[in-house]
Amino acid sequence: MNTYACYRSLLQRLFGFVIFAAAALTAAPPGHAALTIDIVGAGANQIPIAIAPFRSEEGIPQPLTPVIGADLTRSGLFKTVDTGGIVPMPSEPEQVNYAQWKTRGAEALVIGSATPLGDGRFDVRFRLMDVTKGTQLAGFQYTVAAAQLRLTAHKIADAIYEKLTGDKGVFATRITYVVKRGARYELQVADADGFGPQTVLGSNEPIISPSWSPDGTRIAYVSFERRKPVVYVQSLTTGRRTAVANFSGSNSAPAWSPDGRRLAVVLSKDGGSQMFVISAEGGGQAQRLSTSAGIDTEPNWSPDGQWILFTSDRGGSPQIYRMPSSGGQAQRMTFEGTYNVSPRHSPDGKSFTFVQRSGTRFSVAVQDFASRQVQVLTDGAVDESPSYAPNGRMILYASETRGRGILAAVSSDGRVKQRFTETGGDVREPAWGPLTNR
Amino acid sequence: MKRLLTMFAVVGLLAGCSSTPTKEQEGAKVEDRQPSVATQTTPSTPPPRTDAGTSGVQPPSTLGGDPLKDPSNILSRRSVFFDYDSNAVKEEFKPLVTAHANYISKSAQQRMTIQGNTDERGSREYNLALGQRRADAVKQMMTLLGAPSAQIETVSFGEEKPRAQGNTEQAYAENRRADIVYQGE
Repeated sequence: MNTYACYRSLLQRLFGFVIFAAAALTAAPPGHAALTIDIVGAGANQIPIAIAPFRSEEGIPQPLTPVIGADLTRSGLFKTVDTGGIVPMPSEPEQVNYAQWKTRGAEALVIGSATPLGDGRFDVRFRLMDVTKGTQLAGFQYTVAAAQLRLTAHKIADAIYEKLTGDKGVFATRITYVVKRGARYELQVADADGFGPQTVLGSNEPIISPSWSPDGTRIAYVSFERRKPVVYVQSLTTGRRTAVANFSGSNSAPAWSPDGRRLAVVLSKDGGSQMFVISAEGGGQAQRLSTSAGIDTEPNWSPDGQWILFTSDRGGSPQIYRMPSSGGQAQRMTFEGTYNVSPRHSPDGKSFTFVQRSGTRFSVAVQDFASRQVQVLTDGAVDESPSYAPNGRMILYASETRGRGILAAVSSDGRVKQRFTETGGDVREPAWGPLTNR
Repeated sequence: MKRLLTMFAVVGLLAGCSSTPTKEQEGAKVEDRQPSVATQTTPSTPPPRTDAGTSGVQPPSTLGGDPLKDPSNILSRRSVFFDYDSNAVKEEFKPLVTAHANYISKSAQQRMTIQGNTDERGSREYNLALGQRRADAVKQMMTLLGAPSAQIETVSFGEEKPRAQGNTEQAYAENRRADIVYQGE
């Protein structure tokens, strides 16, 4: 972890910022961490939380509390309180000495156990305690296989996050992205913390624009394997893939309708690049959505299904427009600058993220629908492809470090920033998956 | 906001800290012209993984007499280059476009694909549309010259298949391009 140590010492020396070690990085077996994460910045009001190592978790294949701690600190909304020197470590409510934790500054305490059941499964229990009031805020029990321990830790972190912040946790969600290694392209799916990457499609030709189905079981993407862009839908459970848009010319920019039954796509079959709606199963007619003399692309459905945000140069420069998903008049949404592209609705539908060019720099920005106020969140040279976490708190995007593509995330208020560093590949085209019952 | 900017400045500084970078081991690869190959789908669980490999075999080169491959024939020239943010076919490429328009007009069996390309700056999907516009511009010129529209398909590779690597103006200019490819090439 030389890189991390270097970041930390630099930061501390220069600005005295607090940054957090992702403890999980050292806890996981080697080879599983294709993406590692550096975090910069912090939320305004961090909740001090103590996470007591779970009883008997040390000997199991995947200890849970390092993952829980890493998840919570990564959000920027928590700071973990040192648990060193507490003997015995509590795992049940009656064992908790609240005064002891109060002295250490903890407002919340996580206790629990992970017990092997002898049949390869584990009994995992946790409780979230309010240190000030001495009461239990949440508690769950899970019986899981070894392979589910890491996911269980994410679910516990989600439960804690939701109880203490009021927002849904997204630690148990997944992300997708494309890695280019030499001349090889891989569409991958990984946990939201970058662990457990799986290649769902390998190709010698480019893959772009992956998009999650609303239920998280399928991914639509554009592959160039037929020497032209063709839109595919692939099942993550069976691996089966279907070319859903393979019309004459180019087929691209798939976007799911909220009900998961249709895709908005961009086709050049009738001239220009225009938006159409097709069945997500493939087959049938493509129904034309937009009619302009310019480029209309990068459609994105609003969460309520009423609207489509898209990029168009009908006014001379690429700008973001909105039109009813049933067709009709488009309204221009962005006015600052000459290059605003790649719009994505926030999960609550009240704002959208997009990429804004300023001079030669491309930054991730957010615009509020009601006030039209724009906040620029990043200042990378080439930030691209922003997508919201399903709780709307973070935005995942593609960035670049010294000519190499990396993934990064920024909180939607701009305060917390993370960088995912991938070993030995060029990473691009990320998309954050939906909340699902995994 | 000021704090935010400071934070990002820090991120910039951190770039100097990165461990050994892995440089792409890829030279200025010229577009491969392999024929398209049936997609191999090999679903398996777990994890479901599919391979879209295109390991086609290069067709044997035609023996002499093919004007499309004769270096002294203008038909062997296949690339039309564009200015930044432009899809206007420049004067210097009109003889090339005219020659291909005449050739396809006389070969009813022949099929042509025009592949549009852009430089790497900006949104991938928007660039795909810009590349499409360049391919369409070349096709439009050909059809105005009498080439049959049904024999010509226009597609875009956007910024995805750059002929020149790197972020110099020279590389960008090399990549703002439409290529003319005939069926079977």
